[in-house]
Amino acid sequence: MSAQDPLFTENENPNLQRSLVEPRALLSTILSGAAWIAAMFASIPLFSVLYGLIVRGGHRLSLEVFTELPPAGFEEGGGFGNAIVGTLVTVGIGALISIPFGIMAAIFLGELEPNGKVAYAARFCAKTLTGLPSILAGVFAYAMVVLTTGTYSAPAAGVALALLMLPTVVLTAEEAMRMVSAPMKNAAYGMGCTRSQVVWKIVLPTALPGILTGVMLAVARAAGETAPLLFTALFSSYWFVENGKADLMTPIASLSVLIYNFSGMPYDNQIELAWTASLVLVMLVLLFNILARVLGRKKV
Amino acid sequence: MKANVNEQGNVKVKPDTQAKVVIDCKLDKVYYGDFLAVRDSHVPIKKGQITGFIGPSGCGKSTVLRSLNRMNDLVQGFRFEGNVHFHGQDVYGSTVDPVVVRRYIGMVFQQPNPFAMSIFDNVAFGLRLNRFKGDVEESVEKALKKAALWDEVKDKLKASGLSLSGGQQQRLCIARAIATEPTVVLMDEPCSALDPIATRRIEELMVELKEKFTIALVTHNMQQATRVADKTAFFSVDISAGGRTGYLVELGDTRQIFEDPQQQLTKEYIRGEFS
Repeated sequence: MSAQDPLFTENENPNLQRSLVEPRALLSTILSGAAWIAAMFASIPLFSVLYGLIVRGGHRLSLEVFTELPPAGFEEGGGFGNAIVGTLVTVGIGALISIPFGIMAAIFLGELEPNGKVAYAARFCAKTLTGLPSILAGVFAYAMVVLTTGTYSAPAAGVALALLMLPTVVLTAEEAMRMVSAPMKNAAYGMGCTRSQVVWKIVLPTALPGILTGVMLAVARAAGETAPLLFTALFSSYWFVENGKADLMTPIASLSVLIYNFSGMPYDNQIELAWTASLVLVMLVLLFNILARVLGRKKV
Repeated sequence: MKANVNEQGNVKVKPDTQAKVVIDCKLDKVYYGDFLAVRDSHVPIKKGQITGFIGPSGCGKSTVLRSLNRMNDLVQGFRFEGNVHFHGQDVYGSTVDPVVVRRYIGMVFQQPNPFAMSIFDNVAFGLRLNRFKGDVEESVEKALKKAALWDEVKDKLKASGLSLSGGQQQRLCIARAIATEPTVVLMDEPCSALDPIATRRIEELMVELKEKFTIALVTHNMQQATRVADKTAFFSVDISAGGRTGYLVELGDTRQIFEDPQQQLTKEYIRGEFS
């Protein structure tokens, strides 16, 4: 700190202009620029995937692919309507299992016994489950459901997907409930609420946007899964509703397995359909993610 | 000006002997875990009066207040010796449900804490909770009027309670607390997060409300106690035993506490000599 340093001497005309060559300013500019570039790079994959899918699969997109059954061998045309329905059904079953379970577990973790031994164990299990390879969920459901019921089926796939959705639902719902402010909960207790009334009337409604975000993210992840379905849902070239009768206990089609099957076939028609199905699947996942964003916005 | 307790009692407030004790608080020892937070604090809360709790930070005034409606039950490790009687019944009796106690002894907190729902629903919350059979809309309007908030919100009852200003939010919380017509309202530094104008409104409101509700008020602000409280309890911190234990030093008519304190500690605190 020399006496000549202009910053440390009294000066009635201080220089307040931004200087780009001053080391701190320069470093700041460089780092900001680097962060910008990294952010751009991070969004490139999604856009390039979308671009590629639209270019290669977009031209087959028509009403036909949503209503027709998958073509066999050398057939022309066809679609994957049954696979879209199948994906919705399997993911729906998974959601029906994982959402009530997950939210109840989250209530326990976030509200009832947040510091108990059971809570620590459950939280640890949930976090470990997040990293579970999805193929293992498939093997698990194969052993638990497919072998006991004797058939590949939508419920078996639902169990496998529920296993993958559960940790996301539990952990995000717990986090959302923890965000509900303590003063607000105190107010509810002060009004004469019982513990369960505090949970049902205050904590859950206030945390709902956050919980729905978690649910939607879990659904989006499950919709794109392939490996667990290979062991549980298998595939089917037909609608699971035949002549007005729904038979859930049969193999069921899904978009991801259709893509897996068709992309390896030597027929151009099937390969084109695989591209289109990929586009539809990405759009579906995107839709769930956008829903998550919209529902996550705080309303009241 | 030297005030005489008896003289003052005759002039302004009803003599002690006539005002009924609603909550008889006799806390001998309050612990959080192994920590002795409060000792020897006997404070009778009298009907139709505002009892102010003053004292330095950590003197246990909030602890005492929160013991009255069993809000401390929610704090892990809380236990106490002594007893608290509400209309002659032991609040901590083995058959007493703390949830019911809190329906009779309402509370307003330091931070305005409306629920994330509409203004109307905030006030109606307690009514619905208790399966109120009467006209909810009428009761909500009445409570908002009593809380001096009606004119400001009557055209936007569906707006979120969180959209109001801090002072309005606190009046909303007061409306919410009085909608169910509790016997006593506990106020834990209700103005400390508010600006002076909002504070003045809440103070005026407290004075109006004491006609109907008995109020216990914790405040950091000595002027606030002189402005609104009928009785004042002065708490201090005892650091002699190594810990920081709060205890009641002196309790009396507000005038007497501020103009003729009997204890040296009270004198020092009121003259601002206490750090």
